[in-house]
Amino acid sequence: MEWLVATLVEKILETHTACTLIYDVEGWPGHQPGQHVDVRLTAEDGYSAQRSYSLAQPGAGDRIALTVQTVADGEVSPYLTSTLEVGEQIELRGPIGGWFVWNEARPSPVLLVAGGSGIVPLMAMTRARSLSARKTPFRLIYSARSSDDLIYARELRSLPEGVEVDYRFTREAPPEYDDRVGRLTAQDLASEKWQPDSSPDCFVCGPTGFVESTADMLVELGHAPYRIRTERFGPT
Amino acid sequence: MALVSRGFHGKRRGNDGRTPPGQYLVDDFPVLSLGPTPRVDTDRWQFTISTEMGSKHQWSWQQMRALPEEKPTVDIHCVTKWSKLDTRWRGISLDTLLAGIETQATHVMAHSHDGYTTNLPLSDLRGGKAWLAYTFDGKPLSPEHGGPARLLVPHLYFWKSAKWIEKLTLLMRDEPGFWERNGYHDYGDPWQEQRYQGD
Repeated sequence: MEWLVATLVEKILETHTACTLIYDVEGWPGHQPGQHVDVRLTAEDGYSAQRSYSLAQPGAGDRIALTVQTVADGEVSPYLTSTLEVGEQIELRGPIGGWFVWNEARPSPVLLVAGGSGIVPLMAMTRARSLSARKTPFRLIYSARSSDDLIYARELRSLPEGVEVDYRFTREAPPEYDDRVGRLTAQDLASEKWQPDSSPDCFVCGPTGFVESTADMLVELGHAPYRIRTERFGPT
Repeated sequence: MALVSRGFHGKRRGNDGRTPPGQYLVDDFPVLSLGPTPRVDTDRWQFTISTEMGSKHQWSWQQMRALPEEKPTVDIHCVTKWSKLDTRWRGISLDTLLAGIETQATHVMAHSHDGYTTNLPLSDLRGGKAWLAYTFDGKPLSPEHGGPARLLVPHLYFWKSAKWIEKLTLLMRDEPGFWERNGYHDYGDPWQEQRYQGD
């Protein structure tokens, strides 16, 4: 897979720590929602560092979007969100990953569970649904520390009909969710309309501990393990 | 020639000659798997090697644990770019498990309890290069890291070290496994940066 040159065309601040970076990538082959890219940075002396980032939007020509959460002591993310300026270039390649993807031709309802910046590939799927002619039922459950940590907050308030969104705040909740401060529970995942016998395809993305416990809860609720696709990031 | 990134210096965590190109060092042990973590009970655990002629060689947990144990300390390298040095394991050498199995096979498909598969040349499991591992850092291997037992093939990217290993099928030709069908490199040598198809 070849390294491609990507030119930063826009930088959108999402939260105090997350940034959406829009790139023009000459020769981009297109991608499916849920896939990611490898970004490579190279220092003057030839030292290079690579990291993977989820694609935030469905495929659209040569333009791609990455939403990057700045890791305070990170090697690549602070460079992408702070140092790199519009008009400058980096190298990337992709798309990568053929498993954690949503195919709009699938009729199954879709249950998305995001922890923190795990929202990024799931938002690509939600956006792909909006662009699709199909009305596949979607439910997104998004766990974040506080309302200030919600990425894509405005867009999440105006999603099309057929996409339900529920939140779980782990540190500090807005007044309307006051009774919902703390970790995601099986109750958050259960819903009359979203019983395991409706056989939703489940996509869970977030930090390791969050994904481990969420996938376990889904299995306990009766969802078939083979219908649960996971993407974990961060340390154990 | 790579594009130079203005103002990028890097943290150089791992530029010590033991870390393959493109990797950075971690102290923790990240978890990556494609679905929920299977819970496999050692009472019902069974490990099978099937030959190309269809004969099956099987071990229960007790039978496997009665084989001579080895204690490899090895560096591991994940295709997602992290490397971990001096990881301490206990397990059974694949040389021990393959000893006495008559085969002309060239390749192996590893099968896991969750349906995951990955392929390797049989020669990469021989010669003291691979283990069936059941402890990590002195403790029983935890379920999220593939416990009760996983394959350990440290000289290849870690997706080849199948978690929750159930069976090895010996093959007369190479066939792609799960990630290999999903765009990853067929062999996966970290020192050659064989991450994806065509690398």
